[in-house]
Amino acid sequence: MSDYYKSEDLARFAEVGENGPELFKKFMAWYQAALEPGLLTKREKVLIGLAVAHSVQCPYCIDAYTKSCLEEGMGMEHMTEAVHVASAIRGGATLIHALQAKNAADKISL
Amino acid sequence: MRSAPSFAATGAEIVSTGLDILQVNVGYRCNMACKHCHVSAGPDRTEMMSSETVDHVLSALAASPITTLDITGGAPELNPGFRHLIVSARSLGKHVMVRCNLTILFETGMEWLPGFYRQEQLEIIASLPACLGPDVDRVRGDGAFAKSIEALRRLNDLGYGSGGSDRPLHLVYNPRGAYLPPAQCSLEAEYKRMLRERYDITFDRLLTLANMPIGRFGDFLRSSNNYASYVQKLAAAFNPDTLEGVMCRRLISVKWDGTLYDCDFNQVLCLPLEGDCPRHIAEFDYDCLKNRAIAVGDHCFGCTAGQGSSCGGAIER
Repeated sequence: MSDYYKSEDLARFAEVGENGPELFKKFMAWYQAALEPGLLTKREKVLIGLAVAHSVQCPYCIDAYTKSCLEEGMGMEHMTEAVHVASAIRGGATLIHALQAKNAADKISL
Repeated sequence: MRSAPSFAATGAEIVSTGLDILQVNVGYRCNMACKHCHVSAGPDRTEMMSSETVDHVLSALAASPITTLDITGGAPELNPGFRHLIVSARSLGKHVMVRCNLTILFETGMEWLPGFYRQEQLEIIASLPACLGPDVDRVRGDGAFAKSIEALRRLNDLGYGSGGSDRPLHLVYNPRGAYLPPAQCSLEAEYKRMLRERYDITFDRLLTLANMPIGRFGDFLRSSNNYASYVQKLAAAFNPDTLEGVMCRRLISVKWDGTLYDCDFNQVLCLPLEGDCPRHIAEFDYDCLKNRAIAVGDHCFGCTAGQGSSCGGAIER
C-alpha cells in the first residue's frame, strides 16, 4: 500500500471526468469560482484550503495547497498556524462528542 | 520527456526604447551568500570594479542624458570606490539607487553608511524575502533577519520609508524556492501590516521579483531536481504583455570589469550585446545604445512570467 497515493496522479485529475464529463465540468467550474478572490483574498482562501486539506487528510490537496501558500508569500510558520486551527477544530469536535456518550450513559444509568 | 522551453519560440523581440538607467555592478564580493543570489556573490568573491572603471562610469554619466545610476553587486558598499562614485554622480545631478542587503550596515567600519545614504538622498532597494525570521535566515543565513530589522529601524529613524520622495526605501521579495512570486500589491499590504505591527517599521513599496534559474539559485534548482520543472513553470506563465515593461528596454548594465550588457542576468551569463555598439564603458556610446536590439535567451522567461518582474518589481500590477 506504500504506493497507494502517487504524486504524479494529481496531474491526472481530469481523468476522473472521463466517466462523467458533465458533472466533472460543473465541479471544476464551481471549484475555480470558489477559489477566486472575493471578500476573502486569494491568500486567505489558499490558507483555508491547506487547513481543510489536512483535516480531510488528502495528500494531493496538501501538496497542492502547500505550493499555493508558498506562492502567496507565506512560509511554514503561517501554514503551521493554519494546521493547528484545523487540528483544534477536529480535536474539539471529537471532545464535544463526549456529551453524546454522557447522554447515552445517563439514559440507561441509575 | 518534455523539451526545454525556448524563449526564441515565443517570437518576442525586445528593442530598447531609450536609455534612462545605468546599472553598475561594482563587484561580486558580499558579506552574505544568499541562496537565491543570481550572481553567486559572497565573501570569497574577489571581482571588484577598479577606480579606473569607476571613472569611466562617471565620464559616461557626465556625457549622457541618463538620469539614474543604479548600483548593485555583491554588496556594493564593499567597493572602495563606492563613496566616490555616488558623490560624483550626485554632483552631476543624477538620481542614485543602491541595492542594499541591509546587514552590511553592521560590518566593521561601515557605521557611516546610513548617514551617507541620507546625506546623498539615495534611493534604497533592500532585500527582505520574508517578514518572519526563520524564513529569512533560511535563505540569507543565521541572524540575517534580526540585522535586517535593526537596519530598517535605523533607516526609518533617518526618515527613510515614510512616503517622502527624498528618502525612498523599497523592499524586495524573492520567492524562497522554486515557485513564482504572488501578486505584488497583495503581498505589499501584508508586508506593511506585519512590519508595522510587529516591528514598527515602515517602507514605501514592495518589489516582487521572480528568481532567475542562474547563479546560486540555478545551483539549488539542479541539486534539488527542480530545474526542469521550474523552467517549465516560468515558460508556461509567459505573459507577452510584460514585454513592454521589461527593464532592459530602459537600462544598460555595466559589469565590474566595465563590459556592457543588456541586464545583470546577461552579465552573469556572459551574453554579449548584439549589434555594433562598443561593448565597454570606456567607449560608451549613448546614441548607439539607446535604440538597440536586446540579446535574449531562455532565462528571459524569468522576467516575463506571470505579472512579470524587473529591477523595479512586478511589471503588471
